Amino acid sequence: MKIVIVGAGRVGSVLAEAYDAAGHQVVVLDLSTSAFDRLPPEFRGSAIRGDGTDEDTLRRAGAEDADVFLALTEGDNRNVMATQVALEKLGITNVVAKINDPVRAAAYAELGIATLCRTTMLGDAISAYLGLGSMGLPGVIAPTGGHQGEGSHQPLADSIGAGAPDREA
Amino acid sequence: MFVLVVGGGKVGYYLAKELIENSHEVVLMEKDRARADQIADEIGSVVVPHDGCEGKYLGEAGCARADIVAAVTGDDEDNLVICQMAKHHFDVPRTIARVNNPKNEDLFRHLGVDEIISPTRMILSSIEQDIPVHELLHLATLGEGELEIIEAHLQDGSPAIGRSAGDLTMPAGCSLFAIVRDGVAVPLLPDTPFRVGDKVIAIGPNECSALLHEQLIGAMDEAVAPGS
Repeated sequence: MKIVIVGAGRVGSVLAEAYDAAGHQVVVLDLSTSAFDRLPPEFRGSAIRGDGTDEDTLRRAGAEDADVFLALTEGDNRNVMATQVALEKLGITNVVAKINDPVRAAAYAELGIATLCRTTMLGDAISAYLGLGSMGLPGVIAPTGGHQGEGSHQPLADSIGAGAPDREA
Repeated sequence: MFVLVVGGGKVGYYLAKELIENSHEVVLMEKDRARADQIADEIGSVVVPHDGCEGKYLGEAGCARADIVAAVTGDDEDNLVICQMAKHHFDVPRTIARVNNPKNEDLFRHLGVDEIISPTRMILSSIEQDIPVHELLHLATLGEGELEIIEAHLQDGSPAIGRSAGDLTMPAGCSLFAIVRDGVAVPLLPDTPFRVGDKVIAIGPNECSALLHEQLIGAMDEAVAPGS
């Protein structure tokens, strides 16, 4: 598989290393070349310095025919924008964005982007470890809606914003 | 009207101020606490000192009942997310985004932002308008600076169209020597008629450009009007 990873932070570089070792074709982008120091010397994929929210940069990096696109930078909004560029401009359908704000994570899942939310993942893991039950918000949310285009929007239940999550809706 | 402005930089600050003066209901979100306090000191308690990208704070700021959300931070990705959250999550009827990178305009429009304001694009097009497209272009200076190679781009309305080099009155010491037509340089013969789109290359002393302009582009005052 061809896997594009935007953001070579801890998560991004760990995944890049693992996927590369497993024989996948990996392209990593980061705004800073020093981020690539996290990659092992035996990494065979390409590490490209550039803005992962920029269509031209992504094309130059060879992201066009990627099977998977992961946006794992530190910025929720950068990740959102990068995955939307991948989805809308490059036609990559399998996209995942790290979004640490649970409200945004749920909202974008409804807009066709698989999201993972560190906040709820850690919250759930900690609660489970302490035996205090689940927070009720999944850490990884599969896309529930088609991606945008105008007019197709369905507002989420306001309950999510109010902090009383209801994921059955 | 209730307008939620996100981003308390210069744009957001003056925008909020103007809107208040025009008796609109305004809430301004600015995540930098010091900046938010500074604005609040001046325009009152309509400032919410939180990040307008966070769904929770957008909700608390009253996004769900906003008539318009204007995302005017300095970061395109933030403005996109603010508008998308407003539109899709809070069902706001009208969203306006400031776009700094003109390359993002398309994406924003495609992703459903209702109105896109691009300062970069505005300034760019203003600059482009100021450069008359049918001016003479000075390509190079020869010798000690007394001779210049000049290119004239023939537009519709040029007095030279349909005429040939032999029909034109050339300034003293100035000669036309080539036409670039469809990207190919062709030698200029005395009976070659000029066409719209031709780039005529001339060489002559720099004082001749006024007369050259008159012959190839048109009278000076007409040619200055942009877009004609």
